[in-house]
Amino acid sequence: MSLRSPLGRVRGLGAAREGVGHWWHQRLTSIALVPLTIWFAASLVSLIGADYFTMREWMGSPLAAGLLILFLVAGFYHAALGLQVVIEDYLHHEGAKIALLMAVNALALVLALTGVLAVLSVLFAG
Amino acid sequence: MVEFNLPKNSRVTGGKTHAAPEGAAKTRDFKVYRWDPDGGDNPSVDTYTIDLDTCGPMVLDALIKIKNEIDPTLTFRRSCREGVCGSCAMNIDGTNTLACTKFIDEVNGDIKVYPLPHMPVVKDLVPDLTQAYAQYTSIEPWLKTTTPAPERERLQSQEDREKLDGLWECILCFSCTTSCPSYWWNAERYLGPAVLLQAYRWIADSRDEAAGERLDNLEDPFRLYRCHTIMNCTKTCPKSLNPAQAIGEIKKLMIARRG
Repeated sequence: MSLRSPLGRVRGLGAAREGVGHWWHQRLTSIALVPLTIWFAASLVSLIGADYFTMREWMGSPLAAGLLILFLVAGFYHAALGLQVVIEDYLHHEGAKIALLMAVNALALVLALTGVLAVLSVLFAG
Repeated sequence: MVEFNLPKNSRVTGGKTHAAPEGAAKTRDFKVYRWDPDGGDNPSVDTYTIDLDTCGPMVLDALIKIKNEIDPTLTFRRSCREGVCGSCAMNIDGTNTLACTKFIDEVNGDIKVYPLPHMPVVKDLVPDLTQAYAQYTSIEPWLKTTTPAPERERLQSQEDREKLDGLWECILCFSCTTSCPSYWWNAERYLGPAVLLQAYRWIADSRDEAAGERLDNLEDPFRLYRCHTIMNCTKTCPKSLNPAQAIGEIKKLMIARRG
């Protein structure tokens, strides 16, 4: 039982003075993902039935490689931001929350890096 | 914290039934949440069959009739009976609203009456709003100025006054706040729609000189940014206000002051 006043509890440790960046980046990535996703889906559809070399040639062009990298970065960044919100909403055990947030961010980083490096290796292998 | 089941001592069990008086022609069943802190029993839902020919048109009329004529132990808050005090906010037919402005006719089938969701219950339909009131206090809902008071009132242009429309009408019934899942899961840190609408009411007031300080105190991943535009607040508001829009305006100002 706490004898602290309700106002004291509500004020707590004060405002963190952050959260704007997170919110803004989530909005920006979601807007960026609209054209990028449409472009990615359209490209894949137009490549249906293409052989390995056509696929490589497509991915090896600077424009497609650049857009693919943007798609991967925006996508995994957006996913990490979104999952962070879900975890903060629903998980209230401090230790588990921090561990899961680190795991989610690490996973997003590894997957994004893997994708970006794969695109780059195709691009530079020619 | 998310709860998929009610705690054992909060689960609703059984309930008494109060039949209509003999000869009642037009009746409706009211299923009312009951919990007595002194009894040690679980909450129950009592059924009251009401003769509508001897009852006023509003759900509050029926509750007052129950208390006066059938069961004086029924406990609820009410005062103005015309939608300006916010005392009789409760969950009726699955939606948070004011019992005094909710027509019995608007409800199909049995009229289910519960306290505001996810708040501690004091007794029956009376929720404990201590924390919500403290959150309201925390946004310092009064005019803050450094400029000394003029001899007469502080003036405001008509256009600036119009910016407060849709905000000043809030009666702090907390129907919106208690309808918000984000508030259910994080009430101890998220301020909730009612308090954020009030915060915006002062930020938007041209006479106030503390907008920056007010924004500083809201700039927090939990206090403000737990709002995920679920929109339950706007859907449920018995005064037809738009707390979600007020929160959106605060988020826009947070961006505006950065760049």
